Amino acid sequence: MKYTEEHEWLRIEDDLVVVGITAHAAEQLGDVVFVELPEVGTMVVKDDEIVVIESVKAASDILAPIDGEIMEVNDSIVNEPGKVNDDPENDAWFVKLKVDDLGPMDDMMDEAAYKAFIG
Amino acid sequence: MTDAVLEQTVFHDLHVELGAKMVPFAGYAMPVQYPLGVMKEHLHTRTKAGLFDVSHMGQVLLRGDNPAESLESLVPVSLIPLAEGRQRYAMFTNEDGGILDDLMVANRGDHLFLVVNAACKEADIAHMKAGLPDCEIEVIKDRALLALQGPAAEAALSALVPSAAEMVFMDVSVVASDFGELWISRSGYTGEDGYEISVSNDNAVAFAQALLVQDDVEPIGLGARDSLRLEAGLCLYGDDIDTTTTPVEAALEWAVQKARRNGGAREGGFPGAQVILAQFETGASRRRVGILPEGRAPMRAHTLLFADETATESMGEVTSGAFGPSIEGPMSMGYVATEFAQTGTKIFAELRGKRVPATVADMPFRPSTYKR
Repeated sequence: MKYTEEHEWLRIEDDLVVVGITAHAAEQLGDVVFVELPEVGTMVVKDDEIVVIESVKAASDILAPIDGEIMEVNDSIVNEPGKVNDDPENDAWFVKLKVDDLGPMDDMMDEAAYKAFIG
Repeated sequence: MTDAVLEQTVFHDLHVELGAKMVPFAGYAMPVQYPLGVMKEHLHTRTKAGLFDVSHMGQVLLRGDNPAESLESLVPVSLIPLAEGRQRYAMFTNEDGGILDDLMVANRGDHLFLVVNAACKEADIAHMKAGLPDCEIEVIKDRALLALQGPAAEAALSALVPSAAEMVFMDVSVVASDFGELWISRSGYTGEDGYEISVSNDNAVAFAQALLVQDDVEPIGLGARDSLRLEAGLCLYGDDIDTTTTPVEAALEWAVQKARRNGGAREGGFPGAQVILAQFETGASRRRVGILPEGRAPMRAHTLLFADETATESMGEVTSGAFGPSIEGPMSMGYVATEFAQTGTKIFAELRGKRVPATVADMPFRPSTYKR
């Protein structure tokens, strides 16, 4: 697992990069009530807004952590947004990306670094 | 504002001890949520009982020869017939018919007890001092205010104050207790049966703890208070009503009794009467309505509303919106041009550049459970 300063995690699974938000982010957001996911097939560039997530408190955007193509989205969290709070780092992934250059992942934080980052 | 020093209520240390997340609100550090989280706090209040610190609100005693008659000169509300031991919703209006604040007024025999909004209290007091020269205005500084709301509120409070069970909605009473003199009203701002209790600062924390120690009572923050009052169709001052909205536009006609309307026994005689009473006759050009979005996306404050998918000019705006944990869906309140105010009218809201359909809906979104 790799982590970004924007509190996303990235995991390589079957040649795709799976992206979600960290348990820390989910806790900070509070109860998630709405998720809007991108279209499959969308080409995204790092920092593009790809997901809208709303908690009981406010709306937030999730930015693409890396360049790639959206290959799959997790429709189950659209129907049950509460999963983002229940299991943010497994079941409640957001998108799977096809990424040509995995290089930027080398510069991301590992679990220990992320834990230190969130203090 | 980041350098501004926030005031603290007498419960501040208790909130922190209970794990509250504190945020600035109307100049006070207030708990927005506790470890339970907004959604569960909301549902707990609906099914059991929630305890809210509302000590930031202003408590005022109004004395005079006939304080009800005097106060009628500042509010479009009939107060003279308000019986002793009863409370009523009121609002201060300005010369344009706009709402300066909304408040609760209780008749306590030889004086009135007022509860006003935190953000408005200084202005309200100045407004009363200027407008009611014959009245004595005492601002209460040494008492805290708690709201205990939900179906288990009666049992929880009567465990400490048995007479509380005999009160009905909008009753007020002054009761001696183990926690000193309590000023109790059977009211609240959640749509639930419940109470607001004014308690001296000296006894406040012990009293709150005597409620919280009961299994059914949980501390609830401002986050859930907001979703509860919105499900109940109740206005938040500063969001849903303000100096630019009149009681008629705000669909608060029910708070203006017949005696103060055209042809009533004490017609007019309050600031903005000309504007407000004319709107009673001809209607206003816009109206506050409930809005149920299609789909799950919440339509929040300042979302623009449109007649259809292609209209270029908006015909209204959302003033509060959130996800309703009890109705299990998004809900909003806002103003629309009167022609769109009919329940069932299809409208559109612009969310992130897209027009999303919604329906004008009756409020409350969830029926209230007051003990009448």
